Amino acid sequence: MITELGHFALILAFLVACFQSLVPLVGAQRRWPGWMASAEPAASVQFMLVAVSFAALTWAFVTSDFSLRLVVLNSHSAKPLLYKITGVWGNHEGSMLLWVLIVSLFGAFAAWFGGNLPPGLRARVLSVQGMIGAAFLAFILFTSNPFLRVGTPPFDGQDLNPLLQDPGLAFHPPFLYLGYVGLSMTFSFAVAALIEGRVDAAWGRWVRPYTLAAWIFLTIGIGLGSWWAYYELGWGGFWFWDPVENASFMPWLIAAALLHSAIVVEKREALKSWTVLLAIVAFGFSMIGAFITRSGIITSVHAFASDPDRGVFLLLILAVFMMGALTLFAARSQAMQARGVFSLVSRESALVTNNILLGVSAFVVFVGTIWPLVAEMAFDRKLSVGAPFFNMAFTPFMVVLGLILPVGAMLPWKRARLGRTIHGLRYAAVLALAVAALTWAVQTGRSALGPVGLFLGTWLIAGAAVDLWSRTGRAGGRAWRLLRLPRADWGKAVAHGGLGIVIAGIAGLKAWEVEDIRTVQVGESFEVAGFTLTLNDVREVAGPNYNATRADITLARDGSVIGTMEPEKRFYPVAKMPTTEAALNNGFLRDVYVVIGDPQNNGGWAVRTYYKPLANWIWGGAILMAFGGALSLSDRRYRVAAGARKAPAAAPGVPAE
Amino acid sequence: MKRLALILCLLAAPGWAVQPDEILDDPELEQRARDISAGLRCLVCRNESIDDSNAELARDLRLLVRERLEAGDTNEEVVDFVVDRYGEYVLLQPRTDGWNLVLWAAGPAMLFLGGGIAAVYLRRRARAQEAGGAQTDHLSAEEQARLREIMNE
Repeated sequence: MITELGHFALILAFLVACFQSLVPLVGAQRRWPGWMASAEPAASVQFMLVAVSFAALTWAFVTSDFSLRLVVLNSHSAKPLLYKITGVWGNHEGSMLLWVLIVSLFGAFAAWFGGNLPPGLRARVLSVQGMIGAAFLAFILFTSNPFLRVGTPPFDGQDLNPLLQDPGLAFHPPFLYLGYVGLSMTFSFAVAALIEGRVDAAWGRWVRPYTLAAWIFLTIGIGLGSWWAYYELGWGGFWFWDPVENASFMPWLIAAALLHSAIVVEKREALKSWTVLLAIVAFGFSMIGAFITRSGIITSVHAFASDPDRGVFLLLILAVFMMGALTLFAARSQAMQARGVFSLVSRESALVTNNILLGVSAFVVFVGTIWPLVAEMAFDRKLSVGAPFFNMAFTPFMVVLGLILPVGAMLPWKRARLGRTIHGLRYAAVLALAVAALTWAVQTGRSALGPVGLFLGTWLIAGAAVDLWSRTGRAGGRAWRLLRLPRADWGKAVAHGGLGIVIAGIAGLKAWEVEDIRTVQVGESFEVAGFTLTLNDVREVAGPNYNATRADITLARDGSVIGTMEPEKRFYPVAKMPTTEAALNNGFLRDVYVVIGDPQNNGGWAVRTYYKPLANWIWGGAILMAFGGALSLSDRRYRVAAGARKAPAAAPGVPAE
Repeated sequence: MKRLALILCLLAAPGWAVQPDEILDDPELEQRARDISAGLRCLVCRNESIDDSNAELARDLRLLVRERLEAGDTNEEVVDFVVDRYGEYVLLQPRTDGWNLVLWAAGPAMLFLGGGIAAVYLRRRARAQEAGGAQTDHLSAEEQARLREIMNE
């Protein structure tokens, strides 16, 4: 019964979305206030209907309703409650429903808190958002209906892929989708502005919070996914340049570019057409991401997400929205004349350079991701493009970006003197060089990766600190003024510093990782990178829906015990899948990472140990970047600029974390 | 076929990547083996190198690489040996020949193009300053009013 209600609500939501895409648009064109105003209740109703539908599906999962095909395929009665809930989006149909839920949520947000948008623009934004909702609702209803029943319900389900039964991955998709779909709002704003033929500073200010929110969510989502891969896949890799990872990374790069170019629109009324184009392309990449993940067109480790039949429908959605938006863009390019003028050396130019570097690096990732497909279709060559290519082709752009970032971030608007800005950064540069020289001296005879990475990291962190300090002026009382700086300034410094920490972490991990593979007898001790590990015991343990082989290892350094580590090897009998659960000992400067393997012929156990320097910095830096974005999002000018009339306290975007 | 590959991958022995019994006694040779296997793709897996993969086939390939190294092959000879048998699909880093040059040149070419367009744009902005003087630098009266309205709300 509840299932049928959910199904019915989904169909109603589709009809409401169709209404929402047409009526307000016609109203805005004809200037009929009643028709325009209908967008807001429509957006609210659409969101509520999709929410009802999502709740119904969640209910089916939680109560293990095995008359539902989706629940049979993806759940099991013995599964812990948390994973019953997260199982809702651990499959194609459910995750698309989550996607649509978020599309309608963002639409409802614009309706609730977009009180000070001009009525015409608001009606058009909600209408475009309604079109996106309608397209994806149709996709769900016609190709991937989550509410299908089975004729003879089985006694129990087939369980969720065990790799997905993990807190890190459980919350990875919702954050990613909040990010992907957040970019649908910037797309809607861009298309609405193009229909209207007006892109101005106010538009830049309205669109930036949504971009910022989307970027924050993408950062958290990608960070969670990478953290999961690090501890779950069993050898501590954190980024694989897998097509599905790239699918989330491209929108992140474009959103980062958009974030910066929207500042130029807002403050200087330049780069308008470029920013609109970026807003369109960013959502395009989000949809390409959905297409790559959902169609399985490019093989990748994300096995659970593939279905070739649905790809055509998604490709159609992608083509219609992109072609429509780009045609409109071409038709309206005259309406986006830049007003602000600035000299070659200025903050504006620095942000243009930022956009080029981010855009080109996203392009490199894109070409590398689709190249196997192109090569097979066009040249009949079956080849792979893997991590070595991306490391080589992508990294240089990030190095250049890191080098110029602190300088660009401090250049004044309009007209700047390069020498003066660099002079202000001299201590940061000296510090960074000193750190690099020190690490070079200490590591003796290894690759330049470590020193270069730490140089960039220090340069970025110190540069962000100098930038923040320089904003306090020249007179006394600077420490006091530092605390009272606008949150946008703090956000910028924290996010840029976070990037520095990520870069230092990646370089440190790649450069100084130590790996040890050996057979260990129970009771035996061994040394890895100055640590002593003792294998005390290996025993069988039964979990709620798995059996595990658990080792008990004592970690010590210089005779004093640091902790006990319990790596596991699990087997999920229903899904017939093994997983490894690595044990980690986290430290500020290093992780010790242990994996237990198979019993060996001579009675010992295979044990893999890693010493991973600066590993935590990667995720710590990512959290800082997201936090910086959130600080910037909570800046006064957005609280004042949007939503002021209806809800004084609410921020225009979704409040992050 | 794809599904079969996946099943093979998942059902493969629950071991993992490099096993203790595979490691060569000569550390230098072992390091070369690791470097080579990090660049070779596990054929039944999804985007994993044989160095990282748990699959049986990956183990066979790792042993093959070590066998060839012990027989005195250079790194290139080992890679060519594997490519001759499994095709260029096993190479995680695509070769720089034929149409693949497009792939390798795509980034630099785009940087060149984007940089060129940006340079023209920036020059034009700087020129507008000289020609247009102060008036282009300000918001129109209508926009001023709109901005005030926003700020006051």
